[in-house]
Amino acid sequence: MPTLSEAESKARLAAHGVPVLDERVAGTADEAVGAAHELGFPVVAKLCGDAIAHKTERGLVRLNLGDGEAVRSAATDLLAAARPEDGAVGVLVAPQVRATRELIAGLNLDPQFGLTVMLGIGGVLAEALGDVAFRLVPLTRTDAEEMLDDLATQALLGAFRGEPPVDREAVVDVLLGLAGLAEADPSVRSVDLNPLMIVEGRPVAVDALVEVAP
Amino acid sequence: MTVPDRSGFEALFAPRGVIVAGASTHPGKFGFVALHNILRNGYPGKVFATNREGGEVLGVPCATSIDDLPDGEADLVFVCTPAGANPDLLRACAKKGVRAAFVTSAGYGEAGEEGRRAEADLVALAGELGMLLAGPNGQGVVSTPASLCAQIVAPYPPAGRIGIASQSGNFVSSFMNYAVQTGVGVSRAVSAGNAAATTVPDYLDFYAEDPETAVGLAYVESIPDGRAFYERVKGVVERKPLVVLKGGATAGGQQAAASHTGALATDDRLFDGMCRQAGVTRAATVEEAFEAAATFATQPLPKGPRTVVVTTAGGWGVVTADAITRSSLELAPLPDDLRAAIDQKLPPRWSRNNPIDLAGGETRDTIPEVLELVASHPDVDAVIYLGLGIQSNQARTMRTGPYYPDHGLERIVDFHERQDRRYAEAAAAVSEATGKPVLTATELAVAMPDNPGPAAVRESGRLCYAASNRAVTALDHLWRHARWRQRRGL
Repeated sequence: MPTLSEAESKARLAAHGVPVLDERVAGTADEAVGAAHELGFPVVAKLCGDAIAHKTERGLVRLNLGDGEAVRSAATDLLAAARPEDGAVGVLVAPQVRATRELIAGLNLDPQFGLTVMLGIGGVLAEALGDVAFRLVPLTRTDAEEMLDDLATQALLGAFRGEPPVDREAVVDVLLGLAGLAEADPSVRSVDLNPLMIVEGRPVAVDALVEVAP
Repeated sequence: MTVPDRSGFEALFAPRGVIVAGASTHPGKFGFVALHNILRNGYPGKVFATNREGGEVLGVPCATSIDDLPDGEADLVFVCTPAGANPDLLRACAKKGVRAAFVTSAGYGEAGEEGRRAEADLVALAGELGMLLAGPNGQGVVSTPASLCAQIVAPYPPAGRIGIASQSGNFVSSFMNYAVQTGVGVSRAVSAGNAAATTVPDYLDFYAEDPETAVGLAYVESIPDGRAFYERVKGVVERKPLVVLKGGATAGGQQAAASHTGALATDDRLFDGMCRQAGVTRAATVEEAFEAAATFATQPLPKGPRTVVVTTAGGWGVVTADAITRSSLELAPLPDDLRAAIDQKLPPRWSRNNPIDLAGGETRDTIPEVLELVASHPDVDAVIYLGLGIQSNQARTMRTGPYYPDHGLERIVDFHERQDRRYAEAAAAVSEATGKPVLTATELAVAMPDNPGPAAVRESGRLCYAASNRAVTALDHLWRHARWRQRRGL
């Protein structure tokens, strides 16, 4: 199924109220360095293109770039790693954020239930924990609030290791944004927000992948 | 999907007369058992029977053709004939004014390609004839307001307000067996069989409008169109509570379901989320499902989560407090004015908190008085009462021992039994007066069901829970549903 680039995915989601980082798409290594200076260090650089759905598996994500030289070198490598089938590509430069807590959220097309919204505890233990909640699109604000209540690991949503509690209403807005995108654009087949990082208690979509109907 | 019209359901659940097609003289055959069960349970309408041989079964003369039966006297045909005979049978029945058919015959969708074709043809034919088609391959239908037990299996439940619909006939029996055991009765029950034309949501939709039914209780395994199922059950729950037991909640169960009904596997967490969104009460076990439905049918919905435990013994209260704390209910702190009021009734050794442990300080009238004080308090939403039947259990030991009725035993036995009866009646009366749920729990409900305490709870029409944790689970389901309604302004 066709996918949208990370930048395009995020633009569509942001239009429905999903918080994303201030990011730039650079066509060249020079532009990437310029973008990094605008954003402030450290930054993350990723190869970005419509056909690139599995960046991590292909080693197309570079973290913790602390200065212009590091960005230049990473951007040069990334652009060189592009394959002909990737089509038009750019380097996505984004601020490096740190978070101890990660959620996952998304949209999935279920063969029996149709489009569903998912929210779960993210991070490296996500699969082992399997702490996720689903609802069917469309969903109301109350439905979305109850999704948060459904998660078993509530302790992770309260004040945690010196960080404020998760802003539940902001997470609810993300879920409603996902459902809103699905309703506004019938071609959307799935959305993957992984991770949805919790920064200072507020969710931000650090990565996003939208799948659309062919 | 077309929703069957109401008159078909009226014909199924309140027929003016019933035809048993394929009546048999052999007491082991479905065609005998169904007729037997209809007659045996006192169905007051006309009962007709047909078979190829004629003759008589259980005193009912058997016609060799539907055409020989009178016009317009039967609304329901209960079909025990082989699949191949059924199309002609339904056509003949329609001419006689029959508007619903319950088909027990096998050899349809569960039996390969040919069976699936026969099933599709039967559905189309019933549609043409304007006849509600229940089954095929189902166990039967029960309707207590009509004293109707048209089933190829035994259980006939006491009358009550639970409406059962199931994809598996045996779960209809299980639920009804619990009804027999607990005394909390059933309004309608139907095994959907292959659900070729009339599906579980169709029956539930009828129950939602049925004045005899207060709560739906369903077993489902395969949900071919989950989205439609969601829309339908949500519409049901907006009108009445609905308890669902789902088979195939685990990978192992899904494998079993695939070979049972050909069900597709769904991520159980998705089904769970769908239930929560639709306000469906999902139970984990058959027992929990029945008890949740029985509670919806017999207790008012709580307006909040604040639950107070009244117990005659400390340990029970502690364990119940644990169960409440693990649920969505709240172990409400005892309000000061309530504590002061109870201080007037009990010696100072009572717990003075929630759980209210009477600690043996009660006298003749204390329990009814405390139940009333607690349930009437505006900061209390629900009450769980533990300790019913202890006195009568001692009374039983005395009554059946060698010293009875001398040594003053007759008097004390009467007193004990009268007291337990009073406590049970007080719990029901206080609940009715306050509009709040008041649940009683004791293992004596199953250990000594004729104990006057649990027996009086049964007579009040309510469920005496066999353990306090089961009362908490049931009450938790009620509160979750009440909260779902509140949050949606329903």
